[in-house]
Amino acid sequence: MRDVAIVGVGMTRFGELWETSLRDLFVQAASDALHSARADHLDAVFIGNMSAGQFVGQEHIGPLLVDHLGMAGVAAGRVESACASGGLALRTAFVEVASGMSDLVMAAGVEKMTDGADVTDVLATAADQELEAYHGITFPGLYAMIARAHMEKHGTTEEDLSWVSVKNHRHGALNPKAQFPVEVTLEAVMRSSMVADPLRLLHCSPVSDGAAAVLLCPLDQAKQYTDRPVRIRASGLATGSMALADRKDIAFLDAVQLSAQRAYKMAGLTPADMQLAEVHDCFAIAEICCIEALGLVAPGTGNSAARTGETALGGRIPVNTSGGLKAKGHPVGATGIAQAIELVEQLRGEAGARQVKGARIGLAQNMGGSGASSVVHIFEGV
Amino acid sequence: MPSPRYWREVPSRFRLEAVRCRTCGKVSFPSRAICPGCRGTEFEKTALTREGKVVTSTVLYVAPNEFAMETPYAVAIVETPEGARLMVQLVDCEPDAVKPGLPVALEFRLVRQEGHGGILCYGHKAVPAGA
Repeated sequence: MRDVAIVGVGMTRFGELWETSLRDLFVQAASDALHSARADHLDAVFIGNMSAGQFVGQEHIGPLLVDHLGMAGVAAGRVESACASGGLALRTAFVEVASGMSDLVMAAGVEKMTDGADVTDVLATAADQELEAYHGITFPGLYAMIARAHMEKHGTTEEDLSWVSVKNHRHGALNPKAQFPVEVTLEAVMRSSMVADPLRLLHCSPVSDGAAAVLLCPLDQAKQYTDRPVRIRASGLATGSMALADRKDIAFLDAVQLSAQRAYKMAGLTPADMQLAEVHDCFAIAEICCIEALGLVAPGTGNSAARTGETALGGRIPVNTSGGLKAKGHPVGATGIAQAIELVEQLRGEAGARQVKGARIGLAQNMGGSGASSVVHIFEGV
Repeated sequence: MPSPRYWREVPSRFRLEAVRCRTCGKVSFPSRAICPGCRGTEFEKTALTREGKVVTSTVLYVAPNEFAMETPYAVAIVETPEGARLMVQLVDCEPDAVKPGLPVALEFRLVRQEGHGGILCYGHKAVPAGA
């Protein structure tokens, strides 16, 4: 396998972007990525997208989107793993370059969620339709069950959940691309309306439009495109039981642990080597479970990390310096790529007010459904 | 949920039909072709006991459109004596009274309706034991 680097990035602002269509979102992010690397060609494009078919009634978006990029002819296709579609697109592109199949490949992600579809119903298709959605459960509902299981087993409180939101909004307030670049108080989070007990509105990531794109090439060709490549040290992908009821421990995300173990092994690194992490905080409880499964904190102790500042900027292991899905926004297919872009900016030392000082190695973890799929990538500044 | 699909699921929805793996004894609900425990493919049919205990739960305040009139309502994961776990609505009690370990009975109930004027879709819901 060849060493692979990211040499260009581009992303739209995340938010309710009424004036911008699915295709225009992609073109904006993809063009920015090409310009940032001064690249005028592509060998292949992989696009992470959960559900253009349901959100905007459009399937077959691979050819559609590269056509609008002015590159009809280029090898392209969509990859899907619900909210982990972006992470899966990055892995697919990574394998394409590492294998020697292609030299310059774009991994992109895009989701257009505000064109009128019933977002709750569309997102619920990432759960088991026959065993879960049939009975009227929602995604916040599934994570609420995980939260209650974590509370029962580890003594996690509503305040613990709320500190995750407070922390991620503090980070997001420093990110000009974030959908909600504002701080929120603990009281505001704990008084927000109940969605699925114990999860309140401000424990939930928002409905967002957005796109993100990165360019990958062999590390030994990276200098053609940039002075500051970021190497992808490892890619780990795993699946777990689809239905929440089938998990051995409902408070633990097996697939996240498995994807992380595979990535650490490939990189020859351990959790202690990570200097920052972007994790999939679709709901506050998800960040708590993810940092435990990634080994960034001891099992059962993720609940105190945001409150004590351990996972805040300036803490031992800053988590979601971008603001996370909570504050930055969560256009589901784009999220995995946007996480990679935060890592690239941090490891290049270009994250401005959000910069983790001296950051050289970090990871991004992107998750699908209630944790049935997970992708972890480890990055290193070179 | 289109009708052929609903019809196909009748054995598990109406009768809680499950399978017990002849190799490792694990009970899968609904039935599967391959045992998730040992990948065995030999099964005997069984039906779940209509009782169990709550493993975890939530109360929904924001629901899918079809269930919007029912909020707030509780949904729980229930474990039956066979060790099978299933997700069901928990009714006939205050939603906030649902706690882990709560003993429940599984009763045959109307679960949803297939669109406006569509067929009625049945299945099981949990109620507190003895209620």
